[in-house]
Amino acid sequence: MGSITFIEHDGNRHEVDIEEGSSLMQAALDNSVPGVDADCGGECACGTCHVIVDKKWASVAGIATEVENQMLDMTPEKAATSRLSCQVKVTEAMDGMVVRLPEFQM
Amino acid sequence: MNILSSIVEKSTSLVSIPFVVEKTAKVIPMPLQIKGVHLFLKAKGKVWKGKPVPVFNESPIPDVSTLAIEDIDVSNPFLFKQNMWGSYFKRLRDECPVHYQKNSPFGPFWSITRYEDIVFVDKRHDLFSAEPIIVIGDRPEGMAIETFIAMDPPKHDVQRQAVQNVVAPKNLVEMEGLIRSRAVDVLDNLPIDEPFDWVEKVSVELTSRMLATLFDFPYEDRRKLAYWSDVIAASPETTGGECSADEMFLGAAEMATYFTKLWREKEAKKAAGEEMGYDLISLLLTNEKTKNMIDRPMEFMGNLALLIVGGNDTTRNSMTGGILALNQFPDEFVKLKKDPTLIPNMVSEIIRWQTPLAYMRRVAKEDVEVNGKTIKKGDKVVMWYVSGNRDERQIEQPDEFMIDRKRARNHLSFGFGVHRCMGNRLAEMQLRILWEELLKRFDNIEVLDEPEYVQSNFVKGYTKMMVKITAKAE
Repeated sequence: MGSITFIEHDGNRHEVDIEEGSSLMQAALDNSVPGVDADCGGECACGTCHVIVDKKWASVAGIATEVENQMLDMTPEKAATSRLSCQVKVTEAMDGMVVRLPEFQM
Repeated sequence: MNILSSIVEKSTSLVSIPFVVEKTAKVIPMPLQIKGVHLFLKAKGKVWKGKPVPVFNESPIPDVSTLAIEDIDVSNPFLFKQNMWGSYFKRLRDECPVHYQKNSPFGPFWSITRYEDIVFVDKRHDLFSAEPIIVIGDRPEGMAIETFIAMDPPKHDVQRQAVQNVVAPKNLVEMEGLIRSRAVDVLDNLPIDEPFDWVEKVSVELTSRMLATLFDFPYEDRRKLAYWSDVIAASPETTGGECSADEMFLGAAEMATYFTKLWREKEAKKAAGEEMGYDLISLLLTNEKTKNMIDRPMEFMGNLALLIVGGNDTTRNSMTGGILALNQFPDEFVKLKKDPTLIPNMVSEIIRWQTPLAYMRRVAKEDVEVNGKTIKKGDKVVMWYVSGNRDERQIEQPDEFMIDRKRARNHLSFGFGVHRCMGNRLAEMQLRILWEELLKRFDNIEVLDEPEYVQSNFVKGYTKMMVKITAKAE
């Protein structure tokens, strides 16, 4: 079983085990990673589970959908590899992936 | 009389008032234009019969079990005032979650009352339009201000992005210290061991101070901000409120005068090369897209009105609602005093429990099926957040106030999708500051009488709540 690392804005790292089929947001919540609010519970409708995927892992994580981008456009911290973690399905191919949390969730 | 006659002439030839106002913005000061439109509409009212404004006379609301389902009308502006809303929405959720009322004083409308259906409607801006207004009734004539809360993408996205940074978390960090010191000043001067009105002395005062901070508005005139917010959001034809069109137009003209002056002062500061602050107008002036917003009065007024109303009723009534909730659930107050780290979670629970804005309205852009009912293109659709936040299907023991509720953040009060509340973090911060400072000072805040509620189908709030506070033992 592989793992994914969340890095908080202050540099704190949280390594979480991969549970295939679950969302990246759920992985953060299940492991109490601070900084992921998930106010809508995974509906792609609040923008509070924003993560910035490490560039090397961007193609593995996939690109944001149109609806997702519309939410992400509302945060000033949006970056080229930004995703809403509720829309990223975790797979074994993500073993070793690094994602960063923004300073603030919108 | 040139200005007015030009407006009258153009308006009667079916050119919309906002268009005329936009076109003349550079030559005629905004407050004069608003007064002109008001005079024109008054004159028109005397000559032609305009659309009648509904009149609401209060009478006791019957027990919901005595009504046929089709006769239930949750747009009644006394439903919250008489504290009867709970049983009405429960019956709709259980028996008819997507409900059609065809004869309301605001015209026919659909009610969406379950959490899941509300999330669906809120997310699907492709199916449900927020234009031209997000309350049940129609816009008062002549007040066609442009606010992005009532615009669809892509126009919405551009407008919102222009102003959202003023309440973005990064900017709030800059303002937290000032907001806290102004709150502390209010709390340190409250009467101890004697009755006073919490709404007046704390909730209205604190939200006015916060708005004055946000706008860098003349501090001694801050209560005007609360007053303008009240008159803008409370006309009978929009929400069943108590404000007359005259009051609204005079309020709007006064607001335009104040903010035009403020804008020009900041503009001069900028021209002189002085350092700009973190307030709204400074941010608008330093942004390429918005630095000339004053030349687009409907947009200028619309954005100000949205921020004033959005930052006022909501937080004000959550400040009162939190006190009431802890009085109705005294064990939670004990729990809170033992563990003040619960404050952030409690803040979300207060916002759910209160739901200070009861709904947002949409219009179907095509025929849409929701939970077995077919909503026709053009029909009004009201998403009752106040009901979804008490939906037993989604939230455990929804009528209980639990400061340590799990997933307390998953409430509907901020809405979901592109129109999600922009000031959510500001609201949470203000309530957090209030409770942090209250717990430092007071041992008890006792509600003495039943509170009095606002007449409105939109603002779920309080006009008066008498309390007595006990200082913390040294």
